[in-house]
Amino acid sequence: MKKLFSRPEGLTDTLMRYCPGCGHGIVHRIIGELLIELGIRERTVGIAPVGCSVFADEYFNCDMIQPPHGRGPAVSAGIKRARPECIVFSYQGDGDLGSIGTAAIIHAAARSENITVVFINNAIFGMTGGQMAPTTLPGMKSTTSPKGRDVRKHGYPMKVCEMLASLDGPYYLERCAVDTVKNVVKTKKALKIVFQNQIDDKGFCLIEILSMCPTGWGQTPVQAKKWTGEVMSAYYSLGVYRDRSKEAK
Amino acid sequence: MPEVKILDEVCKGCGLCCDDVCPVDILILAPDRINSSGYHPAMITDMEQCKACGFCYMVCPEPAIEVYK
Repeated sequence: MKKLFSRPEGLTDTLMRYCPGCGHGIVHRIIGELLIELGIRERTVGIAPVGCSVFADEYFNCDMIQPPHGRGPAVSAGIKRARPECIVFSYQGDGDLGSIGTAAIIHAAARSENITVVFINNAIFGMTGGQMAPTTLPGMKSTTSPKGRDVRKHGYPMKVCEMLASLDGPYYLERCAVDTVKNVVKTKKALKIVFQNQIDDKGFCLIEILSMCPTGWGQTPVQAKKWTGEVMSAYYSLGVYRDRSKEAK
Repeated sequence: MPEVKILDEVCKGCGLCCDDVCPVDILILAPDRINSSGYHPAMITDMEQCKACGFCYMVCPEPAIEVYK
């Protein structure tokens, strides 16, 4: 009997310590598959963020570094400049990239560093206990906005892809989701494009992935999956925000 | 014939694979069984209907599902 689908070699055998129904595991699995499919596992350096996925170095079967909070793009850029033959990806959440690391990501994008950034947007600070994040939707409840996010008091959410698309530096920007099989397949396709872009030395690429956080949202995994598709995707529109390969033609 | 193996100790019983994912709807959370972490793992009700499409594997966050054909 032929094995069609199983845990990829790009992941270690360590059991992931994420909550049931968390989207991180799906994205880890996709990256683990791509490391093998593209044959880049031996020369890949991954950057683990601060957040739920801080232990990503135990899960990915490649070299990993865990830099200070939010400095993933800066450290990635340094590694890529010192060792251009390495494939460098920075795996970050919305607390890491969207709040404390905003300066690092904007300048890495503006300089068009040849790195790949995987941005997990779950609209909440998951690890610290479900507090309001810069990406929390208007009206959405969190432990620090129990009556829902009031835009007059707490401001508006940050749309990272739209913001970075205003810069000239990025080569490829896309927003995906991991709520349905169709979107998971699309996410894998997008991640394959950005890893290939880095191999071809194209420049800065970022994939934003809308992901479920059932524990932080106070929902069951199935409710969280539906909420991602119905509410979150309505505010954060999925799609390609920048593709320089098409502009060149 | 296709075969789906669910790794009971890896499964966290989130139920993502059981909700509108399987085209032939043969996945459920085992009602009478728990693993050592206390979760009800997913199980296959009728292996003969399986088409080995791998959709359950694609949405599994662990991944605790292996598909053979």
